[in-house]
Amino acid sequence: MSKILIRGAKVLGGEPQDVLIDGETIAEVGTGLSAEGAEVVEAGGKVLLPGLVDLHTHLREPGREDSETVLTGTRAAASGGYTAVFAMANTFPVADTAGVVEQVYRLGREHGYCDVQPIGAVTVGLEGRKLAELGAMHESAAGVTVFSDDGKCVDDAVIMRRALEYVKAFGGVVAQHAQEPRLTEGAQMNEGVVSAELGLGGWPAVAEESIIARDVLLAEHVGSRVHICHLSTAGSVEIVRWAKSRGIQVTAEVTPHHLLLTDELVRTYNPVYKVNPPLRTERDVHALREALADGTIDIVATDHAPHPHEDKDCEWAAAAMGMVGLETALSVVQETMVETGLLDWAGVADRMSARPAQIGRATGHGRPVSAGEPANLTLVDTAYRGQVDPAGFASRSRNTPYQGRELPGRVTHTWLRGKATLVDGKLT
Amino acid sequence: MQRHLISAADLTRDDAVLILDTAEEMARVADRPIKKLPTLRGRTIVNLFFEDSTRTRISFEAAEKRLSADVINFSAKGSSVSKGESLKDTAQTLEAMGVDAVVIRHGASGAPYRLANSGWIDAAVVNAGDGTHQHPTQALLDAFTMRRRLVGRDAGLGQDLSGKRITIVGDVLHSRVARSNVDLLHTLGAEVTLVAPPTLVPVGVGSWPCEVSYDLDSTLVKSDAVMMLRVQRERMNAAFFPTEREYSRRYGLDGERMAKMPEHAIVMHPGPMVRGMEITAEVADSDRCTVVEQVANGVSIRMAVLYLLLGGNEPALTHARTPEEK
Repeated sequence: MSKILIRGAKVLGGEPQDVLIDGETIAEVGTGLSAEGAEVVEAGGKVLLPGLVDLHTHLREPGREDSETVLTGTRAAASGGYTAVFAMANTFPVADTAGVVEQVYRLGREHGYCDVQPIGAVTVGLEGRKLAELGAMHESAAGVTVFSDDGKCVDDAVIMRRALEYVKAFGGVVAQHAQEPRLTEGAQMNEGVVSAELGLGGWPAVAEESIIARDVLLAEHVGSRVHICHLSTAGSVEIVRWAKSRGIQVTAEVTPHHLLLTDELVRTYNPVYKVNPPLRTERDVHALREALADGTIDIVATDHAPHPHEDKDCEWAAAAMGMVGLETALSVVQETMVETGLLDWAGVADRMSARPAQIGRATGHGRPVSAGEPANLTLVDTAYRGQVDPAGFASRSRNTPYQGRELPGRVTHTWLRGKATLVDGKLT
Repeated sequence: MQRHLISAADLTRDDAVLILDTAEEMARVADRPIKKLPTLRGRTIVNLFFEDSTRTRISFEAAEKRLSADVINFSAKGSSVSKGESLKDTAQTLEAMGVDAVVIRHGASGAPYRLANSGWIDAAVVNAGDGTHQHPTQALLDAFTMRRRLVGRDAGLGQDLSGKRITIVGDVLHSRVARSNVDLLHTLGAEVTLVAPPTLVPVGVGSWPCEVSYDLDSTLVKSDAVMMLRVQRERMNAAFFPTEREYSRRYGLDGERMAKMPEHAIVMHPGPMVRGMEITAEVADSDRCTVVEQVANGVSIRMAVLYLLLGGNEPALTHARTPEEK
């Protein structure tokens, strides 16, 4: 088996150390390790993190291969420093059977850029009426443990309760897209000062917060764990904080874009800023950052949502919702959390690797950088600053809100079980 | 003046007064036996209407023809748009035919802004109403009507609406007319009060440069102009108010209420009116109601806007001596 010596890397941002990979495993971590028989990667003070884990990715295959495939999506993931992604179920056909989740799982394994862990739909066809065969998806080769109707809210309280209860049998978790449907009919952007001026239908914070409040109470009542997707408001933070203080098993994610961008950008009517849940206000952004720092929000998840160009090159109301995010997530987190002093690199590793792996039960991911652990690693040039150029994306889609924006940090190397998927910023 | 007219909020006080003054000049053309200026001869303007609107389209068309422009009318129904063609492709197709200006009405808020700012086309863009966002020429014609009635036709030249108290009543939430008027009237120095049931006022209205009241009667007595907005009956089904009759009782303008207004105060309506809903026939047909005047003024305002956007800096009525008219 091949050996790789990463020399002089700041492991989790600490003092420079050498890390020796032997085959699929980290063999040794220390200083002055021997390079004998090993390929040497000079880290030169770059930061070494465990491979990132994304609990919320849309790979679009099967069905919308014009916007992304498992191959292009996992290449984008490797470029962004990810070694595992959870693929959302809103494909065509919907990932609501063992057959579809096994197909997505198998494609990920075959391509080898990043582990793909399919998420199963909670209800048949994401329609919110009838539970999908959750047990069959769990027992399939894909071993599904996370279930979500993402894109749609499981708004029926009884269906949500049953799903929360049912998945306890095999340690599953329901990831809720919290959006009260009646309160968001025709919703186009955050409801507030900007929507009032622009005349765009409002997506009120209460539509998210009311579902989260209901679901944490349901989770408490039936003793289940619940995960909240892409939490976006200051009020949601308060509810999750309260629920955790009561010992309710709730976890929550925030997207990079909700940590950085606000609804003021919608004034351009440029649909590249159209996303669900919508960009909120400055106050929400600050509440989300603080909640991620203090652990109220457990993880960063990208909600990477590729769309073809024509679905964004149009008027706002006609445009699709969503942004690509895998290739810019770590840079946005560095900008919003590290350079603001809210998180150190160990904290980033926790929020972007260890905890998402725990929530999704992704074995072998999110582990410490120490001897005997799987060699899933990401090397980051944190001193780099540069403008985002979507032309260089590995993703098939270009719908990034950061085009031309200067962001810090660049992933130079990614290793999946000892195999390099990204070397010097280039995919292998 | 900017190259496009997208939002009333983009106009400075001086821009707005210039448009109103120019519209007064244009209005004189209507009094002539031959109601036509050669100002935009050889220019092509397309009226790109993705939403049904008879009165606004006809008003623009009349304005364009009085300025001697070549006019193309495009309505989405029965066109390639109904076959799925995008706004971008439609606009580029029209521009390829040599269009100098696009007058656009669209159901999606921001569509004219996108058309003007996405690099899709080079033509000047005039917003003829977009979704629930803006309808700037409506606000201009309303301001023109107010200035004539409240300041005076000649006395008003060069003047704004400083100190005038304007009340706008009705479905503010879904109204591009209300948004445009609040912006423009504020710019022109007027004091605006919006009156509506709380369900029909947008969340976030607190940042608008106006007052909000839920009580029509107490506001009427201190208004120089009262603008009634159309209230669609469908809103009732979405629970914005309980019944049509309750809406009329609380927010409709009838003769009794009109009598409480100051003697000089006028009643306005952008049309189309829903008689019996927000306004009774008695009020609509009274001398104080300017609905028909507003329509006539609309042509003058649209002539002024198109002239200022496309015609250059020459005085509008000295056409015989401008170089391009040789």
